[in-house]
Amino acid sequence: MTQIRSPLPDSRGHFGSFGGSFVSETLMHALEELREAYGRWSQDEEFVRRMDEDLAHYVGRPSPVYFAARLTAAAGGAQIYLKREDLNHTGAHKINNTVGQGLLAHYMGKPRVIAETGAGQHGVASATIAARLNKSCRVYMGETDIERQAINVFRMRLLGAEVTGVSSGSATLKDALNEAMRDWVTNIDDTFYIIGTVAGPHPYPEMVRDFNAVVGREARRQMLQIQDDLPDALVACVGGGSNAMGLFHPFIEDRDVQMFGVEAAGRGLASGAHAASLCAGRPGVLHGCRTYLLDDDAGQIRHTHSISAGLDYPGVGPEHAWLKETGRAKYVSVTDDEALAAFHQLTRLEGIMPALESSHALAYGFKLAAEMRADQSVLINLSGRGDKDVETVAALEGLTL
Amino acid sequence: MSSRIDTCFDQAGKAGRKLLIPFITAGDPDPSWTVPLMHALVAAGADVLELGVPFSDPMADGPVIQLASERAIAKHVDLSAVLDMVKTFRREDARTPVILMGYMNPVERFGSDRFPAAAVASGVDGLLLVDCPPEERGSLGNAMDQAGLTGICMVAPTTTRERLRLIAEEARGFIYYVSLKGITGSGQLDTPQLQQPVEQIRELSDLPVAAGFGIKNAKMAVRVAQYADAIVIGSALVQVLSAAESLDQACSSALAFLAPVRESMDNM
Repeated sequence: MTQIRSPLPDSRGHFGSFGGSFVSETLMHALEELREAYGRWSQDEEFVRRMDEDLAHYVGRPSPVYFAARLTAAAGGAQIYLKREDLNHTGAHKINNTVGQGLLAHYMGKPRVIAETGAGQHGVASATIAARLNKSCRVYMGETDIERQAINVFRMRLLGAEVTGVSSGSATLKDALNEAMRDWVTNIDDTFYIIGTVAGPHPYPEMVRDFNAVVGREARRQMLQIQDDLPDALVACVGGGSNAMGLFHPFIEDRDVQMFGVEAAGRGLASGAHAASLCAGRPGVLHGCRTYLLDDDAGQIRHTHSISAGLDYPGVGPEHAWLKETGRAKYVSVTDDEALAAFHQLTRLEGIMPALESSHALAYGFKLAAEMRADQSVLINLSGRGDKDVETVAALEGLTL
Repeated sequence: MSSRIDTCFDQAGKAGRKLLIPFITAGDPDPSWTVPLMHALVAAGADVLELGVPFSDPMADGPVIQLASERAIAKHVDLSAVLDMVKTFRREDARTPVILMGYMNPVERFGSDRFPAAAVASGVDGLLLVDCPPEERGSLGNAMDQAGLTGICMVAPTTTRERLRLIAEEARGFIYYVSLKGITGSGQLDTPQLQQPVEQIRELSDLPVAAGFGIKNAKMAVRVAQYADAIVIGSALVQVLSAAESLDQACSSALAFLAPVRESMDNM
């Protein structure tokens, strides 16, 4: 847990022209309370100690950095390292954030937590922490996602969470977020909303980033231990952008380290069926912040597509919009097919089955490494494991399990 | 020249009359229905009209207005189309204030700097952006003041006194008091609880107070109007209209729904 507060965002949650608090008046006070509580407890010794203990003994941190020898050989360029967030309890980086927000909910005396989820990883991570802290938990999930992530839905129910399907709009992550916000407005007194990504109104983008920045802090230290140098490039997938932000943030001042965020190009950017808000979108206002998003000429948010439910989101965290605008990070995209090929490649070469979200980072990281020299290195955030995607992959191959 | 909104509230205030502000979603279920419905609402006793601008992700709205928004979007109703509706409405009604209620992104896509002047030119009087608190208005706020587009602000049960001060400074026209913790159309409105917050608003602002969210019928309207200068009825009306199979039927259901509300408010 960091004691260092980054200079951005400013006190009202702005990263340059991005971020802010675009929410209904009813939520303004709750956000203010949350800002105060976060400001206070994140500096509190006991809170930090409990958080660190949970990360060590419950989540299993630090997660290893693994040298992918066969993947490196196949690429024939830079050395490829993987940050193994897939080995965390519940199988993805999402737990880092829910451990933090769950503890914060506890310190704020909120008996009930709610969450939105796309792939189900954040929902599972929220349900997990709710079980451990003895809180009631409701998870909102688009009907489309409930169908393609059946295993995670059952996991959440096993953990005691109530999973509520959302059928409005495109019935995916964005609609789940709308519904969770509606729940929060209605139950504001006793409910803590655990947002799963670095989007939403201030202070969420900052807070979720800080809770995930443990990934980047560890990785920085680990790379220095392994090769006595920082990596030349970082690669992470970006939906809302929490795993990427967590990895990037501690490296922002290391100007020699290039940062690549990989968005979901779906069936190709030209097809319109994608979720690449930074690569193909424009600034607007969605879910409480000003950021890059995908909308039509009337300002209606577009339906997105990605093979991976966790990237299937029309917006992105405002700090990514800022990193794009300043040029500090580069944003690229990878299609469904490329991601799927990377899924199979890592599974067969390294015996590691990656989440389809992370497969986007792998696909780009592999291409990038191939163009680099052997004395250079690329660190890819393996943000989650692929068990939850086995049915999706089987279905694409015409199999029913 | 004072604005239509100010004139309307002034006159009602002098006459001791409570204002009735119905809400409908522009373009729901079809763009051709909206202007005739607006006239029908005025005929039924509406003092001010609130027109919802359809948005794909209406975070503050309950299912009734979400569905209305989806129906309008399916008919490609965008912000320009809404302005055209108001322009058409103005040909026959130069008196009734019209307020647009919606979300930030469509306004941003239209162009925050040029929207206020375009809205005023079309006959729009006020703008209420649900997801844009006064702190985030930025250049839009200036453009609104310059164009003479009244920026309506919301106050919620959760608004602190400190924020209320800030809102009182930024608010124009009237203050919209969100009468419950929840989304539009919710059902837990506890009217006696309105007294204290409305009094608090009056301490800090000279503007009239309209209350909305969760007001479903004449009985509730009267209870709320004890404290507020105006009441807003949205979801309950939209729900009634959604059952209509023709425009004529919609206009007569609007009348049937609003007339008793109007009558009870006038007999308070």
